[in-house]
Amino acid sequence: MATPKPRVKVPKSASAGEVITIKTLISHNMESGQRKDKDGNVIPRQIINKFSCEFNGKPVFGCDIAPAISANPYFEFSAKVMESGSFTFTWVDDNGETYSHEQAIEVK
Amino acid sequence: MSRKLILAAATAAVVSVGGALVASADPVDEELVIDGEIPMVIRTKAPEGHPFDEVLSGWLFRTPETRSLEEDTFTNPGMLYVERGEEIWNTVEGEAGKSCASCHGDAAETMAGVAAAYPKWDADAERPINVELQIDKCRENNMKAEPYKFDAPEQRALTTFLKHQSLGKPVQVDLSQGDMQSWWDQGKEVYYTRTGQLNLSCASCHEENNGKYIRADHLSQGNVNGFPTYRLKQGNMVLLHSRFRGCIRDTRAEFPAPFSDELMALEVYTTWRGTGLSVETPAVRQ
Amino acid sequence: MQVTRRQALGLSAGAVALVAFGPGLNAARADAAATDKSLMEFTGGKAPATGRITLNAPEIAENGNTVPISVSVESDMTDASYVESVVVLAEGNPNPSVATFHFTPMSGEASATTRMRLAGTQNVIAIAKMNDGSVFMDKKLVKVTIGGCGG
Repeated sequence: MATPKPRVKVPKSASAGEVITIKTLISHNMESGQRKDKDGNVIPRQIINKFSCEFNGKPVFGCDIAPAISANPYFEFSAKVMESGSFTFTWVDDNGETYSHEQAIEVK
Repeated sequence: MSRKLILAAATAAVVSVGGALVASADPVDEELVIDGEIPMVIRTKAPEGHPFDEVLSGWLFRTPETRSLEEDTFTNPGMLYVERGEEIWNTVEGEAGKSCASCHGDAAETMAGVAAAYPKWDADAERPINVELQIDKCRENNMKAEPYKFDAPEQRALTTFLKHQSLGKPVQVDLSQGDMQSWWDQGKEVYYTRTGQLNLSCASCHEENNGKYIRADHLSQGNVNGFPTYRLKQGNMVLLHSRFRGCIRDTRAEFPAPFSDELMALEVYTTWRGTGLSVETPAVRQ
Repeated sequence: MQVTRRQALGLSAGAVALVAFGPGLNAARADAAATDKSLMEFTGGKAPATGRITLNAPEIAENGNTVPISVSVESDMTDASYVESVVVLAEGNPNPSVATFHFTPMSGEASATTRMRLAGTQNVIAIAKMNDGSVFMDKKLVKVTIGGCGG
């Protein structure tokens, strides 16, 4: 696939202290390092090895990822929001690239 | 007696003899509504001349976990390829300096419902073409770009994107155009012809044994309304002709080339068999 | 040398037994040992208690390449008392590691859902570590079916 592309689902607004559900997905083959090509050579591992979610710069949720996570990794988790602000999502690739996405939420 | 009651009775009978396998081989009796908004026709009256009374979507044959992946366009991994397809739609390629959008504009408007009528008769080629070949035709004639190599990631993504513009629309092939009827006849012959070392036809599994297990796989009616389909096995989109080839390979036969007359006829015929079912692209299957 | 049918049967039965019990057992032991090692590294040598953590996974997975799992841990998720992390291990994979989730009081709830690969029928284990160092475990056997149609 082309450059991995994140998708994130965060409610647009919430009330103060509400626990919201966040869903994230990113396009990535998650090459496990366990497969071989037609000539019998091991296809080198290339996965998303880390995912994190911060709110206004403070950690909310994170994940260390092994090759046992499926292609197009999906994470669903919760966050408690006290004030309006912005979520930052970051995915770290084995090849050193990072992919990020920001999403704002309004707290009423 | 309602379907639910019959199912309950059947389940009770089976449990009482101590084997739940037979009951669990039935397709489920559930509704599919995408994002709680777009109702899908997943069982409908079969068209005239069809061997069944009712045609069923393959969704009904899958586990609750697989079914739920398709119900929500966010959790459906196939939607990543729809988004990729949209990028390609808007990307200029070829000597004519055009993108798909240069001529067709916003696909949500111009392509709504279009792919539900494919494969359709192509007067220039004097044969039916599917969405993949329609894309290639546009690329060559209008964009002056190379046609896609079979199963190229861009071909998968753009075909998925185009089919998705018909999400929820009923599958309807027009057999009155050109020689479509004779292609249908030819496709029917392919469908019922046993091939390979295992001597199986499409009908051996999907007509005579749908609802039953082949080893641990729950056989569906083999309807194609969800293609290209996101398959958990590949973790990727699978084109219909790749799936045809996979099925034929499993009969241990030599498989025909993609988009060959044989497979195009089979596409015409199998698409017709699912007439009236909603386009589910990107469907999620095992 | 002539091999009688009986001898041939005996030979193949022996071969079958070897396949079934010899390497099979060793492999199982190696996996369990590797899983135990990962578990103990995570808990700091503590044996986890049962309760508080729930691992949800399908009883039967249609395809081992994409198996939805979710974990949730009972906790107030306050600065005083919260779940720090949850590790997910798969006993029968080439490597037992699957994922480690990190939570903070800002998570609100200690729950997470993802999709994982399972090389075959096996136990999936989830262990939660609280901020006071206590550890809890849940385990589910997931059967992975081998389809008739690779496609």
